[in-house]
Amino acid sequence: MTAPLPLDVAGGTTPSLVVALGVGVAFGWCLERAGLGSAPKLMGQFTLRDMTVLKVMFSAIVTAMLGLFWLSWLGVVDLSRVAVPPTFIGPQIVGGVVFGAGMALAGLCPGTSCVAAATGRLDGLTVAAGFFAGVLVTGLAVPAMADFYESGTRGAFALPAALGVTQGTVTFVVVAGALTAFALSGRVERAMAARAARVRP
Amino acid sequence: MIAREDVQRSYADPYLAGVALGLVLLASFVIAGRGLGASGAFATAAATTVRSVAPRVASTNSFLASHLDAGGLLRDWLVVEILGVMIGAWCSAALAGRLGVRVERGPHAGVSPRLWAAGAGGAVMGAGAVLARGCTSGQALTGGALLSVGAWLFIAAAFGAAYVVAYLTRGSWT
Repeated sequence: MTAPLPLDVAGGTTPSLVVALGVGVAFGWCLERAGLGSAPKLMGQFTLRDMTVLKVMFSAIVTAMLGLFWLSWLGVVDLSRVAVPPTFIGPQIVGGVVFGAGMALAGLCPGTSCVAAATGRLDGLTVAAGFFAGVLVTGLAVPAMADFYESGTRGAFALPAALGVTQGTVTFVVVAGALTAFALSGRVERAMAARAARVRP
Repeated sequence: MIAREDVQRSYADPYLAGVALGLVLLASFVIAGRGLGASGAFATAAATTVRSVAPRVASTNSFLASHLDAGGLLRDWLVVEILGVMIGAWCSAALAGRLGVRVERGPHAGVSPRLWAAGAGGAVMGAGAVLARGCTSGQALTGGALLSVGAWLFIAAAFGAAYVVAYLTRGSWT
């Protein structure tokens, strides 16, 4: 039998929910350990003082991507049964801009706001409450903007197909890009620390 | 306050935490056939709230209807996953001496402005996550690892906008 397991995730079966709880506990643990439940630490990424967000996110993406690549090559995982979030070109660019602007105001993203709230941070609780309200109100408005909301739909659309290259090529480019970003982020952090030391001796 | 800071353990190495997070994401793909998420749990909670007040609105709205779970909130995969996130975060912080009721903010921000920005920023993020069909977990991490075109467009757009807004509001964080 190849993975993923036939758990019927959409049906909400008890085994699938046990997996959900376990995955969630480990996810929350990792985010808290990395310091991403702290808004000032997370915002260090966007003031260039502390590139933890980039280091954590890109090493996670690279690890999971390479793991899936090799497990699929070995025949352990059937990639066609792994759910790929569908692509909607325009809504995801506009949604990304709106989301990023909100994230820089909030100091946290939705997942890390749950981490912050669970560890007693009232700012995290407030971000989560605001996020809930934003999702509810915007969700109610989806029928009024249905044309834009459904525009640019491409279904499960992966970079190798979009660029006409192999999955191996894209995987290699992402790894090379991540390693370059890691090297640059160390230089940026040192440069910003040196600048701060000059301003405040 | 200073005494509490003293007993806090320092955060994990970001690359070590990132690889661990990547293995959690990989385990989710391999076992459950789906990745991580956060905004989907909020969408299910919002849809369930609307249904309890106005059932017809919830069932005729395509977005809300798609986030309604027949078995109720606690049978929804992402809602249970997010409850797990909160349990895991609490345990990690408790063991590291990082639990504490407080408002985290930049050195030059007051408590009240920080909470207003948190609420407003959260609401704006909510609008973005509905349009983008996900957030940093469901789009950036999950879709990023699956090499989804929409996820990488989302990552570029969100980071770009966050840098612009962080620059405009840099006085409150540095």
